[in-house]
Amino acid sequence: MGRSSWGDTMKGYAGKLLDVDLSTGMAKTIELDGEMLRFYGGRGLGTYILWKELGERWEKVDPLGVENILLILAGPLTGYYPGMKTAVVAKSPESNGVVGSVLSSEVGLELKAAGYDGIIIRGRAKEPVYLFINDDEVEIRDASKYWGMGGVELHRILLKEVHNELRKKAKLRGVPKEPAMMYIGRGGEKQVRFAAIMSKLMHAAGYGGFGAVMGSKNLKAILVKGNKPLPEVHDPDKFRSMLREFQRELLGLTTFRQWGTGSGGYSVGKDRSSQPVRNWQEEYHDDERISVVNFELKAWVKKYWADYGCPVNCMKISFLRYGEYRGAITDAPDYELMAYMGTNLGVFEPEKVVYLSYLVDELGLDGINAGNVLGFAAELYQRGILTEEDIGFRLEWGDEKAFAKLLELIVDKTGIGKILAEGTYRAAKRISEMKGVDAMRYAVQVKGIGVGAHGVRSDLDYTKDISYAVSVQGGDHTATAGLPARSYEGELVNAFYDSAVICMFTTKPGFERIIEFGNAVTGFDLTPEKWFNETGLRIIHLQRILLLLGGPDVYWDPRKDDENPERFYEPLPTGPVRGKAPSREEMGEKVRQYYGEIGYDEHGIPKEEVLEGLGLGKAKREVRRIKRRLRI
Amino acid sequence: MSDDTNEQLWILITPDKCSGCRLCEVACSLEHEGLIWPEASRIRIYELLPGVNVPHTCVQCPDYPCVESCKFDSLSVDEKTGAVLVDEEKCTECGACVLACPGNVPRIPAGKGSVVICDLCGGNPKCVEVCHEAGHDALTLVRGEYRSVYRTFAKNPVEKSTELARKMYGEEFLG
Repeated sequence: MGRSSWGDTMKGYAGKLLDVDLSTGMAKTIELDGEMLRFYGGRGLGTYILWKELGERWEKVDPLGVENILLILAGPLTGYYPGMKTAVVAKSPESNGVVGSVLSSEVGLELKAAGYDGIIIRGRAKEPVYLFINDDEVEIRDASKYWGMGGVELHRILLKEVHNELRKKAKLRGVPKEPAMMYIGRGGEKQVRFAAIMSKLMHAAGYGGFGAVMGSKNLKAILVKGNKPLPEVHDPDKFRSMLREFQRELLGLTTFRQWGTGSGGYSVGKDRSSQPVRNWQEEYHDDERISVVNFELKAWVKKYWADYGCPVNCMKISFLRYGEYRGAITDAPDYELMAYMGTNLGVFEPEKVVYLSYLVDELGLDGINAGNVLGFAAELYQRGILTEEDIGFRLEWGDEKAFAKLLELIVDKTGIGKILAEGTYRAAKRISEMKGVDAMRYAVQVKGIGVGAHGVRSDLDYTKDISYAVSVQGGDHTATAGLPARSYEGELVNAFYDSAVICMFTTKPGFERIIEFGNAVTGFDLTPEKWFNETGLRIIHLQRILLLLGGPDVYWDPRKDDENPERFYEPLPTGPVRGKAPSREEMGEKVRQYYGEIGYDEHGIPKEEVLEGLGLGKAKREVRRIKRRLRI
Repeated sequence: MSDDTNEQLWILITPDKCSGCRLCEVACSLEHEGLIWPEASRIRIYELLPGVNVPHTCVQCPDYPCVESCKFDSLSVDEKTGAVLVDEEKCTECGACVLACPGNVPRIPAGKGSVVICDLCGGNPKCVEVCHEAGHDALTLVRGEYRSVYRTFAKNPVEKSTELARKMYGEEFLG
């Protein structure tokens, strides 16, 4: 393990990637090389691979076409750091750039135990398939009988079948732990642009829309079983002592342990005035019904739940044993879905929020972007732009049944659902044309990605002014930018966690110490400065280039798209900071300052000399294409 | 109490308290293998249905069917704790102990070269320690005379999963 042409210096990595072509049915392994390690792993490595393979013709690559490459990646710290994730990276059908989307899934751990740092998935299977990996055994298998299933059935049937098979195969080796599984629901199968890749019923790689990419490849699920040890680490003593230290510190995170992010359902609105209410028409509310205590009393059947090695246990399981929505199962829900399946739709009752969250989980949709598009549609209905005739029924705020019906239309791509299945941005363009109105002013998105449930107007949350406007992942609230650009306030830090592929909710030990921990694992001599000025910057610049290349259906112009949604210029109408919103002047100034600090030119395009300095000289050909298109 | 007359230990598992964090697995494989090796952990947390976390390890049956089944003299009993000890040199990976165990506990991880069975860390099980530290106490240590009821905790992990899932989510959910 960890040995390849890179030699003994590569620790913490398995040293190879599994390369699967679904069109030909062939699988091979490729070794990690020094070039790849310059991007660390996860989101960084994925960005590099996509650029290397598709960069030259990026604008022509349809994210839902046969050419797109889907990467499922563990990071160098996955499995070692207390709090793991699995990264999914591809050309995004939402932003048409690269999105690094991380989900709570033990697939990353199993991959490393199987001897891989990740999977490269190419092509498109003729019929529905699933990918089965048991160490060196790799099979593309028929999945026609699982097509149409949601998470509950897939666990009940597919996971069970594969576990039984593994048991029978190695009867004399005892009962192995079940494999880890990620999968898509009907949303991904139907290539809804904001479909998610799911794990354990309620965990999602949402941002990016990679469920649609998986669906476009006819890939229903990936099951991975690894039996080997994780790769050796560089400094075992230091690794072990830092691991114990970090575990102990993280065990002290009381708020997260008690409620996960769920306390936000009430407090982000009440205290921070930054929670989406009725499609962001307000960001303040004082509705105690949506307090986490009511979810605990009414729905939680498990209060402490975690993935491998996590001391925090922020995950909770809601399961309704009674009432109209009996059988609905989801997590807390977390803050994001309390907001997007709750307040943003005018829904405040816990049972209804649990029900809608369960629906998006089972359909395999990103609950954030699904809630964003539902809220958008409901506001258009409120304003009479979409009518009962357009939708087929009334779409009033707080009517969970109407929203549930609309989700079905979206996944079936019928009626108005066909337009909304394209996501808020594309739907807004289409509806504007259809109705001859400016629907875009109600679309709360940045670069095709619905803004996470943290607003920027109040200036009381961690998200502020340019957080989304200049981020390489647009509306993604886990990839927000800030000033100073090359600091903990910037998008570089999240890029590190997504590239190490660890959970940002377990990063309390701090960026410096986590980098030091990473060095104990990998043997690198990374420092925060080096991350801000080299490795991390390299990732951000490359993501920025691919985002600005865009295409084939959507292109961005930084001069108008490095912007907040119109809504964020409307002064907050309610709450203690009523009247607040950043001004256009302030935004323009900060965007320019950001460009300067991160190394973009005055138009927001990576500077050629900065790219040279980062060892990305080759990407100048892409920069020239961007400039040509923008006539700069 | 007569229960406390000797040093035998037993790990009491309360699955309802298990969060699936698997800090026990991390601690176990670091203790025994010096690295992170989930499949070689002597305790495993199965999760066949999300949220149904099933901790699974040796219960030290008083008749030690695994030790009895071994034809290579590689299994023995720790007199102090009652734990099953594996002589890795002697183990041929024949699987006799795997088949003999009423709880499907022993596992032979690919590449390990021998079976793995909980040795109670010589009297201070690291899994129990970390589970307590983590505030779960899904694993607790019981000292004293071995009670016959302990032996009945040796159950197939898949069956345990089904029972727990039914209790947690109800019959309908299992389909």
